[in-house]
Amino acid sequence: MIELILKNILRFFLLIIFQVLILNNVQLGAFFNPYLYVFFILMLPLETPGWLLLVLSFIMGLCIDMFSNTVGMHIAACTIMAFCRPYLLKMISPREGFERGSKISIRKFGINWFITYAGILILLHHTVLFYLEIFRFSAFFSTLLRVILSSAFTLCLVIVTEYLFNPVKKN
Amino acid sequence: MRNIFVFIWRNHFVFLFLLLESLALSMLIQNNNHQRAGFINSANIVSGNILNIYNSITEYFFLKQTNEKLAAENAALKKYSVNSFFKYDLQVFNISDTVFRQQYTYRTAKVVNKSVNKRNNYLTLNRGKLQGIEKDMAVITPDGVAGIVKDVSENFSTVISMLHVNSKISAQIKGNNYFGSVVWNGNDDSYVDLTDIPSHVKLHKGDTVVTTSYSAIFPEGIVVGTIDEFNLEAGNNFYNIRIKPGVDFRNVSNVYVIGNLLKNEQINLEEETIND
Repeated sequence: MIELILKNILRFFLLIIFQVLILNNVQLGAFFNPYLYVFFILMLPLETPGWLLLVLSFIMGLCIDMFSNTVGMHIAACTIMAFCRPYLLKMISPREGFERGSKISIRKFGINWFITYAGILILLHHTVLFYLEIFRFSAFFSTLLRVILSSAFTLCLVIVTEYLFNPVKKN
Repeated sequence: MRNIFVFIWRNHFVFLFLLLESLALSMLIQNNNHQRAGFINSANIVSGNILNIYNSITEYFFLKQTNEKLAAENAALKKYSVNSFFKYDLQVFNISDTVFRQQYTYRTAKVVNKSVNKRNNYLTLNRGKLQGIEKDMAVITPDGVAGIVKDVSENFSTVISMLHVNSKISAQIKGNNYFGSVVWNGNDDSYVDLTDIPSHVKLHKGDTVVTTSYSAIFPEGIVVGTIDEFNLEAGNNFYNIRIKPGVDFRNVSNVYVIGNLLKNEQINLEEETIND
């Protein structure tokens, strides 16, 4: 239990530092803005109570907002993402439900399940974020392209990170 | 009454979500309305200091380019120094202080944070109220206009970059003095647009666009960029002009912040005239 909490706290700070100091400075044109920090929200344990999930996501968004001059945008996107997470998990859970204490990982659930899970939540997060950023509907399609390309980029980074820190062992 | 509490407790997940989400949206909208970044921005003392430390490490990697740029600028300035003029007349000129009164002050600052790939881009500078920076001061680099100061804290300030959808800078074409506004369409960070130039003006590719004397913020004649492309749609009275900015926004590090000592005098007089 203690180990789980420490691990998540460490992940929280490392992801913020990586996002703010490195990814925010990666300039690949207007259409690729990766936001790897959502990995923290994706990886919170399955048994996290709902209120804690919302509060942690709120704090995560607040920290990212502080560093990138975007008051409220990341908070709103993170909170919506956290709100939808339990419903999505319920929808795509295995038939007999999750085992108690099982962790979200590619090793445990397979790559297809993981892509569905992470992909939907990342797409949701990026949609809210980019449309709040322009705050109007005039540039609807160019923003949609930004959402899709950036989500794909973030999803790739999330999968790579997951493989790096939680490698699939061959039997 | 008790039933209400039971209902809220049973659905506390949804209610907490609605509370947090409306908090986030109200912060966002308040910021949009009043054009102020509140307390959560990179002028914030904690994040400002962390970014400052990070910047002091990374600036070593760019020392060479920065030195070259400063040397080039020094050379350009030396051209105007008294020593570089040949005295062909023995008459002595006195520069009287009653004729020349200083209007603009220049302060140096370093960029500690920046972005180019958002709709609304900002720069953060490591100078603030204590160093004499105020809201609405002009920010330029040796290559041209960079933006306008938005918020100021004790030791940091944020700047609305020219690459901000709401940024609007009054500019004219060097030589013929027709003026318009420089705006950004929010897509490509290597070009901005110049609007309101009437169709009878003769334009050439590569013409320089400079600031006008009409705003109380920028001194006259600071380079904004050069004309890259222009066209005239049928039936339209104004050109569509695309400008290549003089400043490379991906690579700004040292800037000058310009204060106008006569700004309040000008603004007060203009307001008085309008109010009458």
